[in-house]
Amino acid sequence: MTKLLEVNNLHTRFKVRNGYLHAVNGVSFSLDRGEMLGVVGESGCGKSVSMMSLIRLLPPAAEITDGEVLLEGEDITHASVNRVNAIRGSKVGMIFQDPMTSLNPFMKIGEQVIESIVFHKKLAKAEALKQAARYLKMVGISNAEHRLNEYPHQLSGGMRQRVMIAMALLNEPSLVIADEPTTALDVTIQAQIVELVKGLREKLNMSIIWITHDLSLLAGMVDRIMVMYGGYIVEEAVLDDIYKSPLHPYTIGLLKSIPSLKTEAGSRLPSIPGAPPNLFAEPTGCPFAPRCTYRVDRCTREVPALATVPGAEGDRPHRVACWVDMRGRGIAQ
Amino acid sequence: MNMHAKQEPLVVVENLVKHFPVKIGAFGNQSAVVHAIDGVSFAIYKGETLGLVGESGCGKSTTGFALLQLHKATSGSVKFDGVDLSKLPAKDLRAMRKRVQIVFQDPYSTLNPRMTIGEALAEPMRVHKICPEKDIQGRVARLIRDVGLNPNVANRYPHEFSGGQRQRICIARALASDPEFIVCDEPISALDVSIQAQIINLLMDIQEKYNLTYLFIAHDLAVVRHISDRVAVMYLGKIMEIAGKDELFGRPLHPYTKALLSAVPEADPDVERGRKRIILQGDVSNAIDPPSGCRFHPRCAHARPMCAGEVPELEDRGEGHFVACLRVAEIEKETV
Ligand SMILES: Nc1ncnc2c1ncn2[C@@H]1O[C@H](COP(=O)(O)OP(=O)(O)OP(=O)(O)O)[C@@H](O)[C@H]1O
Ligand SMILES: Nc1ncnc2c1ncn2[C@@H]1O[C@H](COP(=O)(O)OP(=O)(O)O)[C@@H](O)[C@H]1O
Ligand code: SF4
Ligand code: SF4
Ligand SMILES: [Mg+2]
Ligand SMILES: [Mg+2]
Repeated sequence: MTKLLEVNNLHTRFKVRNGYLHAVNGVSFSLDRGEMLGVVGESGCGKSVSMMSLIRLLPPAAEITDGEVLLEGEDITHASVNRVNAIRGSKVGMIFQDPMTSLNPFMKIGEQVIESIVFHKKLAKAEALKQAARYLKMVGISNAEHRLNEYPHQLSGGMRQRVMIAMALLNEPSLVIADEPTTALDVTIQAQIVELVKGLREKLNMSIIWITHDLSLLAGMVDRIMVMYGGYIVEEAVLDDIYKSPLHPYTIGLLKSIPSLKTEAGSRLPSIPGAPPNLFAEPTGCPFAPRCTYRVDRCTREVPALATVPGAEGDRPHRVACWVDMRGRGIAQ
Repeated sequence: MNMHAKQEPLVVVENLVKHFPVKIGAFGNQSAVVHAIDGVSFAIYKGETLGLVGESGCGKSTTGFALLQLHKATSGSVKFDGVDLSKLPAKDLRAMRKRVQIVFQDPYSTLNPRMTIGEALAEPMRVHKICPEKDIQGRVARLIRDVGLNPNVANRYPHEFSGGQRQRICIARALASDPEFIVCDEPISALDVSIQAQIINLLMDIQEKYNLTYLFIAHDLAVVRHISDRVAVMYLGKIMEIAGKDELFGRPLHPYTKALLSAVPEADPDVERGRKRIILQGDVSNAIDPPSGCRFHPRCAHARPMCAGEVPELEDRGEGHFVACLRVAEIEKETV
């Protein structure tokens, strides 16, 4: 497999009333062609901001202060606004959590779908409408020609998300960034969307970055997982390694705290004490240190680097940012 | 998780119906009725937790609200400790209110931002005359400690706390009037993932300590399985299945329950690789114009023509396992 995306040392911060909020603090990772990567972490840990920084889809208060982004070998870190606009929608498709806010409520579905085709492919309107109908069918919307004439509010949440997926795929992007695309949906509808995306990925051979706060959801879906905490990647490994031999105390704690069939009824769940950090101060140590039961002196003085260690399975390395060697101390198999 | 005293029902809900009149159409000029709950019956036994699950809009919160008389039911009855709440005169209902409480999903909007934590906790004690004025301070401090906070937070304001801490405060406030029964309406859904387990543990601890009975509403089935003794599954305003937790998760009989359980992801790649998911077709039907007969029939893979004509009633399949499906006997044979 060849590299589709390479990200080095990305930093993004927000200007706030009395200083900065450090949302992304040195994120580095790469993505292969056709690979599906899960990005997981709780609310506010920097999942969306780091991934939207890649294509500079950020609010005005945000600034990228450092880092490098290579897409298909092209350095897009300092690409012009025009170039970035061309990349969004052609090479990179996006799907967001709430399709209602990304769709224009006053425009018919068809007009919104073809807007993007006409813009990027310079197709005639009639041709574009035909292509739009084809894509709506592909994402499982029955009666597609009819739906093109409807407004967003006439569709259910699940159907709106299918429309968003169709729009993200229209220009056959090589990368799709899906930011919590099923968080607002019911679990049976989530299952429909997950199956749909898995099928499309195989058919279209695209890379997908799937952002979620739900660690369980990724277990049946992605090739590799990146765990984020406090604006850092704290762990990254292939799917099975993350669940069976996690190495970061945060990942370990999170996995143990999820109730499952194996947890004993009526027992207390092993919970992580404390609360996630606010990101106003630039961290001087491990972001998880205030909540970590394995903490040593060094943890509060030095930010641990994301170091590569051999993976438990396969030849893909396992990366973890922790001063303590957690091998053999994680989750008992 | 008290497995004892299962015999004595504390809450008995019979044939509860709640319809909301609404305006629909492009100009809001057409009247319609939302069938939020349509003939719901169940009992909750002293000391137990009944989990209530189902997808968005199926009527879980409406059931909880109608049960607490926060909504006036369209018809049906709710008996609490033998007393029919819907027939109670206002002043007796007020007295009853201290015995039944609710904890909401959103810990941000339920606390008054201008009241200190201490005032917020003292208020229900005064309103319900729980104890003499001189004992209030001490009770407030004890409550705060019981929900895992430091008593010195009493003179701080809600905005100074994180989501998880605020939910602890909401739980303390629910406990302030010394209730016997608490409706927990999605009490952890708005919280960070790493905080959810803390709050689940807290709810279980105080249940034991204060001898509480819970109706626990949630859409997260793993959490419901963990905390409940029995579980009821709702779909479009009706209870489709109700059973002991192990029965329901181990041997689901209703086609909707089966699909719902199969849609829940497990944090285990081996389980996920091996599983065969039941993918339901289509969306949940509309509560304004619910399908005839079995409300699940448009999405049910087992549906037969009769399912559109006859409304299935909850039927006892043994071991306290109740199922509302016309074809349950045939489906049960497949399951065994
Ligand atoms: N005040 C109201 N006026 C009109 N319709 C209402 C009202 N409250 C609830 N409904 C409708 O009643 C049905 C049941 O709603 P309810 O809030 O009980 O669902 P729920 O199961 O708690 O859903 P969720 O999981 O989203 O909280 C829905 O169709 C809802 O839109
Ligand atoms: N427009 C903004 N202004 C200021 N801070 C922001 C803004 N958007 C996001 N943030 C902050 O950046 C951090 C990371 O946010 P985000 O990437 O959205 O988190 P998530 O992991 O939930 O996707 C959070 O602390 C968030 O509060
Ligand atoms: S670096 Fe230290 S504080 Fe951070 S996760 Fe590792 S052991 Fe815990
Ligand atoms: S009654 Fe018919 S439609 Fe309803 S769940 Fe049973 S088989 Fe399915
Ligand atoms: Mg986000
Ligand atoms: Mg609700």
